[in-house]
Amino acid sequence: MKKEINFTLNNEKVTVEADTQWTLLYVLREVLEMTGTKEGCGYGECGACTVVIDGQAVNSCLYPIMEVEGRNIITIEGLMTKSGELDPIQKAFVDEGAVQCGFCIPGMIMSAKALLDAKPKPTEDEIKESIEGNLCRCTGYVKIIDAIKSVAGGR
Amino acid sequence: MGSFEYLRPASISEAIALMEGSGGRGVYIAGGTDVMVLIRQKKIFPGCLISLRNIGDLAYLNTASGLAIGSAVTHNAIAKNEFIQKKYTALTDATNKVGSLQIRNVATMGGNICNAAPSADTACPLLVLDAQAVIAGKDGDRKVPIDDFFLGPNKVALKPGEILKGFAMPAFNGRTGSAYIKHTRRQAMDLPMLGVAARITIRIDGDEIGCKDALCTIDNISNILRRFEDEKLVCEDIRIAMGVVAPRPMRAKKAEEALKGKVISEALFEEIGEIAASECQPRDSIRGEAWYRRDMVKVLTRRAILRAVDRVIRPDDMIWPERLW
Repeated sequence: MKKEINFTLNNEKVTVEADTQWTLLYVLREVLEMTGTKEGCGYGECGACTVVIDGQAVNSCLYPIMEVEGRNIITIEGLMTKSGELDPIQKAFVDEGAVQCGFCIPGMIMSAKALLDAKPKPTEDEIKESIEGNLCRCTGYVKIIDAIKSVAGGR
Repeated sequence: MGSFEYLRPASISEAIALMEGSGGRGVYIAGGTDVMVLIRQKKIFPGCLISLRNIGDLAYLNTASGLAIGSAVTHNAIAKNEFIQKKYTALTDATNKVGSLQIRNVATMGGNICNAAPSADTACPLLVLDAQAVIAGKDGDRKVPIDDFFLGPNKVALKPGEILKGFAMPAFNGRTGSAYIKHTRRQAMDLPMLGVAARITIRIDGDEIGCKDALCTIDNISNILRRFEDEKLVCEDIRIAMGVVAPRPMRAKKAEEALKGKVISEALFEEIGEIAASECQPRDSIRGEAWYRRDMVKVLTRRAILRAVDRVIRPDDMIWPERLW
């Protein structure tokens, strides 16, 4: 059965008619057609679906859409400015060569965003902790960590 | 996914009433990191999910006397709590290591306990911290020692409809330290191959304990303990708990008995580890074989007690929170 859900998505108010058993990830990709957020495992293991809800990084594949009511959600689409300029984190990932196949990157960037918003100057250990739930199978962790570090240094 | 209703009650009594009205097809959901996976894997087919996320009475964290934690408090909220870091450190050790940050931001301790996996990380700390489970039913609250709460794999002492409200732990004196060690192949996103927790209260005659030497900041606990040998540090109270070595998280009661009242030393801890290993009944699984687990119980028991001792005899401000291990 469908129910109406209201929430804030990338600083815009959104109303969605959602089935009660849908997850946030399903609504983002299939209903709102915002496919920047990826589905990897669907079990909360890989972090490709990471979004930021009320300032905290969360696996959207395990997040029931019914719990989204009234919350503030930021996805990878919300980082770019309206004029098409990349967010400093996105720029750093490009500059540092942190992207290989790219599938994990939206999740990585959202995890980094949650960290840097809460703590503009994190230590290397905090950076590693923030992306511990994000798998990269190209094994590019070093450059990803470098990229996040460079944003932290530049702020 | 099958079709189910999603209900969001605002109080415990409302949730219990909804569960009663669900005809046995209702499932409580808190953070959902276990329930949503089970639904996806088609292991459960709930008629409705009853969310406990919006019930304020389940989200308390009270430090007035001892420690009281609501079952809907997330792992991350517990891990980042400074009072718990200082006084109930074993809980910090465990909540910090569950899943990933994304999981810890939503997964609740109540969920970790009610799921009752033999590998539940927060179970061992609760066992050594003498926690009581506070259970809400339609006839009011009741308290059950956490040791009696686990019945077996995925089985807990909740009657149909009842909700785990939270955990109550007593206050411990300043000569008490606790630790939890999770043994895994990789640091994040892994279930423990083995988990051991310990809490120790140390008694000393005369002077107060506390390593005042500057060397303490750089030396390891084994050496420091050796220097304390003449001072006769006595183990006043001890709890040891082990996870993944039996169908449910268990206390090593014989090992506790053997250590209580003795003058502590690393050699004695090694014996205690042997006793703990003789008490557990590990089995072969994908994460590790029984013989290996039994051997590691010896090692980790010694380390967990040492770490707990370390937290007593080295003052917080010296090397908190990162100790040299």
